[in-house]
Amino acid sequence: MADEMKIGAYICKGCGIGERLDTAQMAQIATRDAKAAIAKEHEFLCNADGIKMIQDDIDNEGVNRVAIIGCSRRAKVEAFNFKDVAITRGNIREGVIWVRPDTDEARETTQDMADDYVRMAVIEAKFCKPPTPNEETAYNRHVLVVGGGVTGMTAAVEIAKAGYSATIVEKTGALGGAAAKSWKRIPQKSPYADPEDTGVADLIKFIEDSDKITVHLNSTLTKTSGAPGRFSADITAESGSTTTENFGAIVQASGYTEYDANQLPELGYGKSDNVVTQAELDAMALAADGGPIKTKDGKEVKSVAFVQCAGQRSDKEGHLNYCSGHCCSTSVKQAMYFKDQNPAIDTNVIYTDLRMPGAGGEDFYRSGQRKGVTFTKGCVTEVATGGSELEVKFKDLILNEDTSEKVDLVVLATGQVANSGLNIDEVGQDEPGEWKTNPESVLNLSYRQGKDIPQLTMGFNDSHFICFPYETRRTGIYTAGPVRRPMDMQQAMEDAVGAAMKAIQAVENAGKGRAAHPRAGDLSYPQFRREGCTQCKRCTVECPFGAIDEDEQRFPQFNEARCRRCGTCMGACPVRVISFENYSVDSVGQQIKNIDIPDEFEEKPRILALACENDAYPALDMAAMNRVEYSAFVRVVPVRCLGSVNLIWITDALNSGYDGAVLMGCKKGENYQCHFVKGSEMASVRMSKVDDTLQSLSLEPERVTTHEVAITDIERAPEIINEMAETIEKIGLSPFKF
Amino acid sequence: MSNLNQTMVEKYRNDFLNEVRANVEEGDWVNMCMQCGVCAGSCPLGPYWEHPPQEIFMMIRAGKREEVLTSTSMWMCTSCYNCIARCPRELPITHIMHGLAHYADRLGLAPKEQPTRKFANKFWDNLTKKGRVNELKLGLALYFMNGFMEGIKVAMANQKLGLNMIKTKRMNPMEIIGGHGVKDTSGLHAILKKAREIELAKAEEFKG
Repeated sequence: MADEMKIGAYICKGCGIGERLDTAQMAQIATRDAKAAIAKEHEFLCNADGIKMIQDDIDNEGVNRVAIIGCSRRAKVEAFNFKDVAITRGNIREGVIWVRPDTDEARETTQDMADDYVRMAVIEAKFCKPPTPNEETAYNRHVLVVGGGVTGMTAAVEIAKAGYSATIVEKTGALGGAAAKSWKRIPQKSPYADPEDTGVADLIKFIEDSDKITVHLNSTLTKTSGAPGRFSADITAESGSTTTENFGAIVQASGYTEYDANQLPELGYGKSDNVVTQAELDAMALAADGGPIKTKDGKEVKSVAFVQCAGQRSDKEGHLNYCSGHCCSTSVKQAMYFKDQNPAIDTNVIYTDLRMPGAGGEDFYRSGQRKGVTFTKGCVTEVATGGSELEVKFKDLILNEDTSEKVDLVVLATGQVANSGLNIDEVGQDEPGEWKTNPESVLNLSYRQGKDIPQLTMGFNDSHFICFPYETRRTGIYTAGPVRRPMDMQQAMEDAVGAAMKAIQAVENAGKGRAAHPRAGDLSYPQFRREGCTQCKRCTVECPFGAIDEDEQRFPQFNEARCRRCGTCMGACPVRVISFENYSVDSVGQQIKNIDIPDEFEEKPRILALACENDAYPALDMAAMNRVEYSAFVRVVPVRCLGSVNLIWITDALNSGYDGAVLMGCKKGENYQCHFVKGSEMASVRMSKVDDTLQSLSLEPERVTTHEVAITDIERAPEIINEMAETIEKIGLSPFKF
Repeated sequence: MSNLNQTMVEKYRNDFLNEVRANVEEGDWVNMCMQCGVCAGSCPLGPYWEHPPQEIFMMIRAGKREEVLTSTSMWMCTSCYNCIARCPRELPITHIMHGLAHYADRLGLAPKEQPTRKFANKFWDNLTKKGRVNELKLGLALYFMNGFMEGIKVAMANQKLGLNMIKTKRMNPMEIIGGHGVKDTSGLHAILKKAREIELAKAEEFKG
């Protein structure tokens, strides 16, 4: 059936389309210009009758490509969901009648617009294939959890509770991580008044009793390869013995290391045993087991100062420039260790900005104040270790004076440094054939782009910070806990639950050959014409998700289960050999080429707008819902990501007589909003070279502009289109009209 | 140093915060201040204070006993209640300010020449004698607050006003002898005595 192409074009007259547009003419265009086999109009296409009409044609007439011309592709997705056919959408509701005034002068250009969207939808259908299932699918309900701290254990427990199995690989000889070395934790339940039990023992007990969780202690990963559904991991014990196991997905909970306080000699660390870090104090409290906390020389502590932001939130060289998020609450918790044991002990928390995150943070702070913990807004300059007592010298920021306090013990709130393994931007992957385990790496991935998960900033693994925090740039591998961003135990546990659920989703998606987020459920996957490939490696390098490896002959090897279907590889490929069944250089390129370009005497310019389907296209749809008008000369083509835009589309458009092109993608950079992380960045790099193309065509550089558009830019997105229309009015039409 | 001050210094040593919490009316709230500064920003007289409430609270925590108790700041409070209305931690700041002033006065540390303090003491003495304010006596006391000659000068300047008030029966010159009062003066004194006893007992009971 798939061999013989038969396009059915269905034009809806509902939602006022029939009153505004000549649909009979559009049906004629569909069959005559765009060569659809069938073109039908319907009063109300998305109702049961309309759907039945289309389904009948699929069943009886052999229609296998359906072009639905009516509302936006974002509307009525469930109604227009036909199995085993390629579906395209012509947007004449949000894209035409809702953004155009209903006046006599506007009627002609509005009709032109609709006619072109008919052509585009039918042509797109011509270049799409019905999706065929991916052959590379594997179903493995076993999740690997890297790290046996609270985050890792929580993830494993959640995975087991959901009916899947988990294997924990822990580097040290015991489960529990940092939490097991703590006396108590910051409270997680109302009234958030007192430190509570860490809960580590309960987690360990669950894991020991569960037949779904296996634990490898004193073990590390020496090699991880494969893709979601078929990960293979070499788990090597300290003894050197290696077992290889297969997994469906991976949760990386490799946690944090406390910042090295030896870099803070001015705060007395290393000079006196009575200057300790928060972790060391927790160990002291654990040893005291509820009794009086004693210094190393056995003296009971009578006064203690907590120095917040020690070596963090500072731009000094070697310091952490971020806030670790948990330390204020941790200091309050630790001050309570003293106050609960003996209220006469003097506890002073010296802070510059106190931050108590979480629902219970403020209550916990008040509880600390009620218990008599003193809070001083000040900036510690030095801890003098010379005398019998420690002298904390600080500037009081409220009273604006330099002062000091003598105490028995100083606790430094040093921050969290992520255990994120190698920074693959600095440590590249070994050349093929020379791959070796790197003991510094957490995952030791065999992926072409590097051994660990890419980092965003400050050593933390990249996760889609704004929209999808659990996502990393390695499909099927989810980071959780302080390796992702600094956090306390409660946040780490919530994180673990999220990552566990994402891992299970990845297992299920891989088993069904479907894409993971954000094109969840997409069955298409990249296919490439090997004989045309020049082995330039651009796709391998530019793939934001490291999905592409190299085979022995150095051809790209697409790991479909790792692919997110953004099409960045398609945009990168200079010889255009990469495509998807329902999205290719042709499926978009031919739409662009096949619209009607009026000759220059008609004075109707044409503007191509390539809009990211995640943000810019919905913004335009919403503008239409608010009836924001924009130029009738624009033809909007949704793209999966601006990263998938191949320069040939721009060149083709300009060559065929378009007068301008606007590209609308997402925000790039450190605070990126691109659903595919690097797509909009790639696009902007590529578009910076479009000037050469324009020059070679002797065209003005203003004709092509790239913009960052957020989903909330409802006013701005139409404005960008209108601005381009104005620019063209100013500089004149393109000379390339035939 | 007054005896009471001596006693308190010895009793609390370096722990001025607990001294305040125990002995100052509503002083128990002081440790709940989170140093946001809303009180300091809300005070209409803020610019004229030596230390705004936020600073006073910080100084208490920092153990600056002498500086706080000899400060004129708390005496500047006009009880407009802006700070109480706005404090996110719901501290009764106005009450604490008056409490501090009162405590400083009891200890004999309050600035001697602070006019608010002088007036407050005169008002209190006047009121507690008979349970009613004797306006004539209070007014005259204020005239002579800064010396005999000064008092004569002020009195002469207000001569006309005084005569008019007598004419319109707004002031009774006979009040100068004895004056009116509540029915049960000794009962009132018993109440005040008991209130002081309760206050002292509370401070005694305070346990940090």
